[in-house]
Amino acid sequence: MNLATLTIAEARRALDAKEYSALELTNAYLDAIAKKDVEIHAYLEVWADSAREEAKAADKMIAAGKSQPLTGIPIAVKDNILLDGRIASSASKILENYRASYDATVIKKLKAQSIVFLGRTNMDEFALGSSTENSAFGPTKNPHDTSRVPGGTSGGPTAAVAAGMALGALGSDTGGSIRQPSGFCGVVGLKPTYGAVSRFGLMAAASSLDQIGTIGKTIGDAKVLFEAIHGYDANDSTSLPDSSIYGTKEARRVVGVPRAFLKEGMEKDMLAQFERTLESLKNDGYSIVDIELPSLDYALAVYYIINPAEVSTNLARYDGIRYGHTAPADTISDVYAKSRAQGFGAETRRRILVGTFVLSAGYADAYYRKARAVRELIRSDFRRVFESIDAVALPISPIAPWKFGDKADPVAMYAADIFTVPVNLAGVPAVSVPSGTVERDGKHLPVGFQLIASHGGEEALFKIGEDVEKAGS
Amino acid sequence: MANKVDIAALAKLARLEVSDEEMGKLEKEIPAILEFVETIQKAHGSTSSPQASSGLKNVMRADDESHESGKYTEKLLEAAPARDGNRIAVKQVISRKKS
Repeated sequence: MNLATLTIAEARRALDAKEYSALELTNAYLDAIAKKDVEIHAYLEVWADSAREEAKAADKMIAAGKSQPLTGIPIAVKDNILLDGRIASSASKILENYRASYDATVIKKLKAQSIVFLGRTNMDEFALGSSTENSAFGPTKNPHDTSRVPGGTSGGPTAAVAAGMALGALGSDTGGSIRQPSGFCGVVGLKPTYGAVSRFGLMAAASSLDQIGTIGKTIGDAKVLFEAIHGYDANDSTSLPDSSIYGTKEARRVVGVPRAFLKEGMEKDMLAQFERTLESLKNDGYSIVDIELPSLDYALAVYYIINPAEVSTNLARYDGIRYGHTAPADTISDVYAKSRAQGFGAETRRRILVGTFVLSAGYADAYYRKARAVRELIRSDFRRVFESIDAVALPISPIAPWKFGDKADPVAMYAADIFTVPVNLAGVPAVSVPSGTVERDGKHLPVGFQLIASHGGEEALFKIGEDVEKAGS
Repeated sequence: MANKVDIAALAKLARLEVSDEEMGKLEKEIPAILEFVETIQKAHGSTSSPQASSGLKNVMRADDESHESGKYTEKLLEAAPARDGNRIAVKQVISRKKS
């Protein structure tokens, strides 16, 4: 087996045909991690022993003829998704030794198929960032050029899949955290419709934006993982009823491009690669039409108000009292203030302070409430365009993966999220598909092509995404 | 609008200790971030407009016991930094005023 090209679909076939066992497959991945991850640093912890036990259980299921789509498939999990009894730290010092007390719903569903969990993977602390440089445990390197960032916040899971250190992975996407690192690492990343996948057991960053999603080498692999984890969950109050997703709309084969939104800040060769992908869709029989999404001009501003507001609220729970790092102090308010100061990294502290500001009396109307109102305009913009098209096409990132330390200014980092944040504000599904490369310092870096569909339109993403894949191969 | 931000007051509200050194950095960074989101003021969209189109609604579970008492006590207490029997131990919250 060649782990560099192996897909879940091919592994499924080989496992069921008994060409190799789930244990052999898992051991191959554990060997690859031992060999490569010293340099890449995708994993924060490898669960070798339990992975082998899970693989043995999968082999029994396969032998009994009871194999399911993901039985014996070794995957990686982002460090903000809970597995009962396992450390889950969100790559933060404040949760360095925190052990989860229950399984996330997505984990329960995957365990039922007898999947194999290889370990927990790196991320920006509490899913705040765009490069995985905000991890308290050191950054992950981009497997295509280790002097460059893998993107973020799910840089660990995407680097693991790209480097052949996991067959697939679970991540979370709050403003592009699955799609952007998937684009940077050259893998497929799916951010499902808000509410399509349960958030129960996902550490909350910005609750109205957070969504668990899937990562794989191909659309097919991201899809088979999505099919295993989606569905209504009574434990998630924003979970959608099963009937409201997977709408089987008739495909029109029309893709819209918001041209006015592309005009600024894009690197020339990144834009050229985007145009080439559009051209290949056109040659494949798609109509490419110009669309207008005027409120997207405000998307970054809306996002960087709502995100910190919700982050500051959600992260109030880390106070040194019930779990996580605690600092000894004389008074309870000093316990809070010191535990949080010692436990949170610089970007997390910035977001908490900005969030506190935009929610504070006197400023909440001008910032937080205003942002919520403009968010509704963004939602209705998307609703309007999807009346006549199947999907919106956008780049994933205006720029290629940057070198470590190049975006030390927080605002410069935020600006790179321009093409991914509108999706989370609208709650619609989107996918990043690898399409071509750009060259930097003699190295070929992957470029991600983004497709966005209407609420519940995952099927359209898979269909068009596969056509993008075909055109690229 | 937000050119004067009192970082020390925000840090107190957020229950976050900030060192003098960090304070100097934050006094530049936080206004720069607020400047970055300032374009929102130019957008249409009334803060009093109905939010109904978001499709969000409140979801409540039934007001009854969802599991037997004590089922998760031990597991949750294991995560607490300090315990006192079946309780999480904390510093005194309300104290007598000292002179």
